[in-house]
Amino acid sequence: MSKVKEYDIVIIGGGPAGLAAAAEAKRSGTDSVLILERDQELGGILNQCIHNGFGLHTFKEELTGPEYAARFIAQAEELGIACKLNTMVMDIGSDRVITAMNRQEGMFQIQAKAVILAMGCRERSRGALNIPGYRPAGIYSAGTAQRLVNREGLLPGREVVILGSGDIGLIMARRMTLEGAKVKVVAELMPYSGGLKRNIVQCLDDYGIPLKLSHTVVEIRGKERLNGVTIAQVDSKGKPIPGTEEDYCCDTLLLSVGLIPENELSRGAGVAISPVTSGPVVNESLETNIEGVFACGNVLHVHDLVDFVSEEAKAAGRNAVAYVQGRKKNVSGREISICPADGVRYTVPSTIRREMMDDKLTVRFRVGNVYRNCFISMYFDGERVMHRKRPVVAPGEMEEIKLEKEKLLSYPDLTTITVKIEEE
Amino acid sequence: MEKRELICIGCPLGCPVTVSMEGGSILGVEGNTCKRGDDYARKEVTNPTRIVTSTVMVEGGTDAMVSVKTETDVPKEKIFDCIRALKGIVVKAPVHIGDVIVANAAETGVAIIATSDVK
Repeated sequence: MSKVKEYDIVIIGGGPAGLAAAAEAKRSGTDSVLILERDQELGGILNQCIHNGFGLHTFKEELTGPEYAARFIAQAEELGIACKLNTMVMDIGSDRVITAMNRQEGMFQIQAKAVILAMGCRERSRGALNIPGYRPAGIYSAGTAQRLVNREGLLPGREVVILGSGDIGLIMARRMTLEGAKVKVVAELMPYSGGLKRNIVQCLDDYGIPLKLSHTVVEIRGKERLNGVTIAQVDSKGKPIPGTEEDYCCDTLLLSVGLIPENELSRGAGVAISPVTSGPVVNESLETNIEGVFACGNVLHVHDLVDFVSEEAKAAGRNAVAYVQGRKKNVSGREISICPADGVRYTVPSTIRREMMDDKLTVRFRVGNVYRNCFISMYFDGERVMHRKRPVVAPGEMEEIKLEKEKLLSYPDLTTITVKIEEE
Repeated sequence: MEKRELICIGCPLGCPVTVSMEGGSILGVEGNTCKRGDDYARKEVTNPTRIVTSTVMVEGGTDAMVSVKTETDVPKEKIFDCIRALKGIVVKAPVHIGDVIVANAAETGVAIIATSDVK
C-alpha cells in the first residue's frame, strides 16, 4: 500500500452534507480538507432531484436539486477543496486511519485528524417489508425510478401503484404522470402521510392521484413482469382488514417506505448508533462517541430539507476544525443529557457539554404521531422553560428548538433537558 | 363569505392558510407565516401557477439527460403543454445551467432553461 497521507479533515461523502461541511471547515481556518466520494461526481442525490423547492433558507430563492448542488460544488472548487471521486472508503480504523480504494491508486490509507461522516442514507427495500407474492420485474424503490427517469431517460413503466407516501414517492407520482404514465394510487400504511404536506398538494392533488391512508399492498401478481397488486385497508395495528381488498392492474410498483442512514462504516469504527434514528449518537458538537469523528446530514438522521442538512453540516465542519486546532479539547464539565419524552422520538444532539457549545445550538427532533393543537415543551430538570403552541405537528416534518448558551449557563446544576409534546 | 383552506407550497414548511372570499374578491389571508404565503394564497384562488420541471435528451455529452425548469411559474393548466413543448427536443453538449432550451414554452411567455451542467 502507498504511503499514508495526512489531512486535518477528511469528509466521507460528497453530497450536500459533505460539501457544506468541507466549505465551512476550510473557512474555519484549515487548508487541509479532503472529500472522498464514491460516485463519479459531487452533489449526491441532489443530482437526480430535478424538482424545485430547494434553497429557500440557504439562498433565499427556489432552486432545483442540481442547481442547489452546483452552487455548493462551485463553492468547493473556488475554495480549492481537494476531492477524490470514484473512491470507495472501506474502513475507518482506530486513530482515524481511513482505508479507501479507487482505480488509479488502488488501495490506500489516509490519516485524518478529524473525520466527518457524511454518507447519507439509503432507501428501505422490498425485502424489509415482507410483502407476500412473486418477485417479478417492475418493482422499484422510488429513488431508483427517479434515477432511471431523470438521469437515464428511461420510463420504468406505464401503469403505476406507489406504496408509501414518503417525499420521493410523492415526487415520483408527479414525475411519472408528467412523463405519460398513469399513477393509479398511493397507498400509505400509516394513518398519516410520511411526506411533506406541500408535496401532497402539488404532486398528488394537482393531478388527481388518490392517497389511501391506512392501506397497504397485500399481494403482488405476475411472474416475469408485474401485472397487478392487491391493496387492503389496515387496522390500528397495521393488520390488513379482510374484505377491504381492491385489485389494481399495474406494471410498476414503486416503494417509498422510508430511508435508513448508511452507517456500515460508522459501526466498523465503533461509533455508537441510536436505535431510533439509525444514525450516530452525537453531542453538541455533532461529535460521536469516538473522539474526532463527527457526523452530519442524512447519515446522522434523515432530514426533509436539504437546507437544514447544509446548516447542520456547516456546524460539523466548524466543530471538526475547532477540535483539530485544540479549541475543543474535552474539558471535564458535566454533560447535560437531552431526553425525548411523550411523543418526541429522538433529539439530535443527545448530550450537551455547555462549555463547548456555540452561543446558539439547534436541537432537531421528530414526533412519533400527528398531534393537533398541542404544545412543544422543554423542561430544564423539573422546570418548564418553553411551551410553544403548535396547530399541528407530524412525523413527516422535522421540528427544531434553539438553545442559548447564556441561558444554559444560568442553570449551573442542570442535568437533564426534556423535550416533549403536551396537550395544554 | 366563502373560506378556502389551502396548504402553502411556497416552501417545505407547508403552512395551513385560509383565504376569505366574497363574490370572487379576496377579503383576507390568514395562517401564513411569511409574505410568500400571502402571495401564494392569493394566486392559488385566482390564477394558480406552478414551476414545471423535467428533463430533455443530450447528444454527445457525459450524461444522457439534462434537467430543465420553467424560468418562472406558469398557469397550472399549462403544465402539460409545457411538458409537450419539450417532446422530441435533443440538445447538444455542452449545456450550462441557465441555457435556454425553449424560448417561449406553450405560449406562456416563459422560457424553459437548463438546471444542470452537462459537459
